[in-house]
Amino acid sequence: MAVGSTGSAAEWWDAPVGTWIRKNIQYILIPFALMAFLLAWQALVVINRYPTFLLPTPGEVAASFVENWRNGILARHLGITLVEIGLGFSIAFTFAALVGYVLARSPLLEKIVSPYLVATQAIPIVAIGPLIVIWINTGPLQNALIAALITFFPMLVNTIVGVRNIRHEYRDLMHSYAANAWQVFTKLEVPAALPVFFGGVRVGITLSVIGVVVVELLWADRGLGFLINFARGQLDTPLLFATVVTMSAMAITLYIGVLILERCIFHWRRKV
Amino acid sequence: MQSRSRQLQSGGKKEIAKRLSALSRASASLRARLSRREYFGIFFLEKPSPLIEIESVSKRYGAPRDGVLALSDVSLSVRAGEFLSLIGPSGCGKSTLLKLIGDLLTPSAGRITIAGKSPDAARRARDCGIVFQSPTLMEWRNIAQNITLPLEIIGAPLPERRARADELLDLIRLRDFAARYPHELSAGMQMQVAIARALAYRPAILLMDEPFGALDEMTRERLGRELLDLWTRARVTIVFVTHSVPEAVRLSDRVAVMSPRPGRIERIVEIDLPRPRSAATRDLPRYWELLRQVRAALGLE
Repeated sequence: MAVGSTGSAAEWWDAPVGTWIRKNIQYILIPFALMAFLLAWQALVVINRYPTFLLPTPGEVAASFVENWRNGILARHLGITLVEIGLGFSIAFTFAALVGYVLARSPLLEKIVSPYLVATQAIPIVAIGPLIVIWINTGPLQNALIAALITFFPMLVNTIVGVRNIRHEYRDLMHSYAANAWQVFTKLEVPAALPVFFGGVRVGITLSVIGVVVVELLWADRGLGFLINFARGQLDTPLLFATVVTMSAMAITLYIGVLILERCIFHWRRKV
Repeated sequence: MQSRSRQLQSGGKKEIAKRLSALSRASASLRARLSRREYFGIFFLEKPSPLIEIESVSKRYGAPRDGVLALSDVSLSVRAGEFLSLIGPSGCGKSTLLKLIGDLLTPSAGRITIAGKSPDAARRARDCGIVFQSPTLMEWRNIAQNITLPLEIIGAPLPERRARADELLDLIRLRDFAARYPHELSAGMQMQVAIARALAYRPAILLMDEPFGALDEMTRERLGRELLDLWTRARVTIVFVTHSVPEAVRLSDRVAVMSPRPGRIERIVEIDLPRPRSAATRDLPRYWELLRQVRAALGLE
């Protein structure tokens, strides 16, 4: 690694370009891995001569994706699913933050309420779904409500843990400044609990996607989950695949969105 | 009226002698009880009364009957402007005593007066700044914001907070770190920031609970020197909890030695080493003698 001597074939690896490639090798390899996967898929279908309804080729899936995106079917159902997720997540977020904070501040209340909370968690929420349908009919709000029920618990637990984990010395400190309750809340509790709370948000956003899709699969008449069901009924397997791809892209985008939001909020952590 | 004046005249000399001796006796007893500065301070209208008065204070944790008695009948007075150390084995209640002064705990019995106020009133008047063993900085605030947190809570306007932050950062010589975040600083620097924060609203008293306990020996000594420097410049009274005998002797005016649980004040050692103290202080025979005295009071010799 003689500094300043360039041109030798053995040293390109230490040049800036080489260093850049070495550092980002995992990102550079992603498209290659994807290509290999698609090729293997194509080969599998061609060699075994699977009919389209059983396993379409990547090309057929892509064609169906483009077609259904152009005629607006995917976009419409994606929109509905997104609205439901947004609604369900917001409901869960609000209640988890409020209830979590109250329970964290009041151990007695937590002791009284926690058996019920754990019980609601033990019941498969999807099994309560039909009950909600009976009570308040089907529709986006109902789907959102069921998603909210699934999402609520992990976010609640993280809120409680976040607020409880604040070391007592910090409370002593605020007490010694004669800070009022609102100041303790805004200047200590919220910022201190936020990182843990966001752990719950990360899990929550994923769960609300699952919640909404499962409910749509079961009894909705619109949304991506419904579209999967519909495609299955029509034996339109390429559409089914295209819907799954859309759904995955949506879930990944939401998750990355939360990560980016987290990075913006916890900017002070970046410079480690 | 006339008769009384005649009486006084008749017993004149005797009476005057009697009064003079009473005065000198009172003065001597006063001299014995007060430090030189306070004694002569009387003539300069300095308040001779102690800043913190602890009168037979006990503290019991848990139930009144079977709880743990942490402090038993502790009496102590802290003079204005002095550097007092509380030393004792772990579990002797020295931190408890500090927390009682800071109104983070309430005594089970006895009375604490801070500048004539109850601990609660003193806390609300922001008479005390507290430094804990860990820096307890808020990781989401940068150093300047951490230091001005107490001022923010008081509701001081932004320009004032900025000015005070600069002042305090100069005091601890960390001006360049104003915009950094706590995790970017060393443990010693974090502790300096915690001390600066405690001084933010210019408290009369600094309560320090083993502030250098978690630091390495070198940092510890350096911060000790800086603290003394800061103490002379900021003119605060310091109550300093420590479990290091040399640290207590090096820094203090007086060292209150506490006994193990239930904690009580075993002995108060007057540290009459000259100030300003430096590394040369350790060459004085008196330093070693005081060290031995404190160790003896702790039962180590």
